[in-house]
Amino acid sequence: MKVTKSGMVMFLYILFLMLPIYWLLNMSLKTNNEILNSFSLWPQNLTFENYMTIFTDKSWYSGYINSITYVLMNTVISICVALPAAYAFSRYRFMGDKHLFFWLLTNRMAPPAVFALPFFQLYSSVGLFDTHIAVALAHCLFNVPLAVWILEGFMSGVPKEIDETAYLDGYSFTRFFTRIFMPLIASGIGVVAFFCFMFSWVELLLARTLTSVVAKPIAATMTRTVSAAGMDWGVLAAAGILTIVPGALVIYFVRNYIAKGFALGRV
Amino acid sequence: MSFKLEQVSSVVGGNTHIYPLDLTLTAGSLNVLLGPTQAGKTSLMRLMAGLDKPTTGDISWNGDRMNDVPVQKRNIAMVYQQFINYPAMTVYENIASPLRIRGLSNKAIDKKVMEASELMKLTPMLQRKPLELSGGQQQRCALARALVKDADLVLLDEPLANLDYKLREELREEMPKIFTESGAVFVYATTEPTEALLLGGNTVAMSEGRIAQFGKTLDVYRNPKDMTTARVFSEPPMNFLKITKQGGELHVQGEQTRTATGAFTTLDNGQYTVGIRPNHLMLHRPSDDALAIEVTVSVVEITGSESFVHLLHGDQRWVSLAHGIHHPESGSTLTVYVDPSNAYIFDENEQMVRAPELAKVA
Repeated sequence: MKVTKSGMVMFLYILFLMLPIYWLLNMSLKTNNEILNSFSLWPQNLTFENYMTIFTDKSWYSGYINSITYVLMNTVISICVALPAAYAFSRYRFMGDKHLFFWLLTNRMAPPAVFALPFFQLYSSVGLFDTHIAVALAHCLFNVPLAVWILEGFMSGVPKEIDETAYLDGYSFTRFFTRIFMPLIASGIGVVAFFCFMFSWVELLLARTLTSVVAKPIAATMTRTVSAAGMDWGVLAAAGILTIVPGALVIYFVRNYIAKGFALGRV
Repeated sequence: MSFKLEQVSSVVGGNTHIYPLDLTLTAGSLNVLLGPTQAGKTSLMRLMAGLDKPTTGDISWNGDRMNDVPVQKRNIAMVYQQFINYPAMTVYENIASPLRIRGLSNKAIDKKVMEASELMKLTPMLQRKPLELSGGQQQRCALARALVKDADLVLLDEPLANLDYKLREELREEMPKIFTESGAVFVYATTEPTEALLLGGNTVAMSEGRIAQFGKTLDVYRNPKDMTTARVFSEPPMNFLKITKQGGELHVQGEQTRTATGAFTTLDNGQYTVGIRPNHLMLHRPSDDALAIEVTVSVVEITGSESFVHLLHGDQRWVSLAHGIHHPESGSTLTVYVDPSNAYIFDENEQMVRAPELAKVA
């Protein structure tokens, strides 16, 4: 096989990119002793002890369950809210529609920290503190505008005449929307689901502020692993690997549409 | 059985798309909406379909007012210029979709879909998705969907404009037959006078949101009520010449005064505009009565059996459509001839005074 110049560059790039992830995987399969006392490119004493700890200790695995719960809730809520909103923006002209549309995106311009305090106080006073739905709703603040923008792009690519033809054929609005329209923008919905999932999955500040015990996310659990016996490096690395997995899985399924999604459907 | 528009108008955002108009279309009739782009053909169709609400006026079907009946409840089929199908469904499901909504049995649906696809020559493609078909097949799929519905009103908005010429001829022949047999009111919009003549039936000549004239296609063609209709219903455009009749003399704009001849002799004194169809603007003197006019050649287009000779008469653009190949040099001066008996004569208010003698208009 001939090694080309560009092939070398690619190889080095991938190598640098994958190195931290490999090192994380490497660590997760070692004992704490080996991590701290020696340098080895691969585990000398291969162990799955760290993973077993996570899968058996409730304080660890409940972190994953909590995270996945609020992430899924948020994804479903965001899509359900964004679909009709995006449809209205793409199909109807109403007073201030363009301003409203832009204003939606400006919500993403403020750092989440700004919203942490009002959310914390509001949720505490209405009894939503430390629930999954609290985090899911808080994340809607970022995800709904994004979802509306992306879906609007995809919907505007569908000719209005298809709507009209369906009405003339006798379709009611709901039936048209679910049977004809949604399959047409299925890739858009997939991309939106991916973005909602991703932003909600990696967001730490709001998730940690709004939860304490019951709905504690995995990212928060990971930052609290310093025990009397010092850092549990191996378990932390294993937790890191397991945090990457869901995101990687989702990316795998929508890989063909992500570029279009980043362009907000306007390709 | 009739479809009736009374004083229907449409104003959108301060722009008048359709001025108040009356129109009655009978069941089983073929009606061509003819007019240039922006004439309001599509706007009028959308009002008929109920996709847009009229600003004023009533739309009725057999005397029942339809204004407030939702689109879904009206039995209407519409085919657009763009090929509109449901991309996520197979061709079979596309054609079947209006029937599924109506809740017909699978057996009945299958029978109708098979009939329609046979007619539209789609049978081998039933399991494919519309986007995997050629443009003509996509449009046939849309037509088949309109056909299975047994709609009372079939609206076709320039359905053949995006198809190649061979397919157009084929479909243009079949469509009217298929749809008018079903007893529906059939409305067909087109920008092309030739298409209107080929389809026959009735023609609604439209211009700038108004109906210029409505009647049997040939009548409208032969007896345009005014210059607007004449302009709409002529391809290439009609040539106009201003003349003044005084006694036995004829003053032609930009020309010498001459003795009135032929059909011009019987005109009352006054100012007129003469309309001449391009095929009646002769390059050779057809008869002794013919009016000779000096013009400048600008461009010549040769199609083979015919030549379009574009001319300038003063600042007016004229076209002569002559048989065979003619190629006068551009910029050169040429004499063209008008047989008075072939001329449409309009008065100062652009109303028609006299049409050419029928026997001579081929």
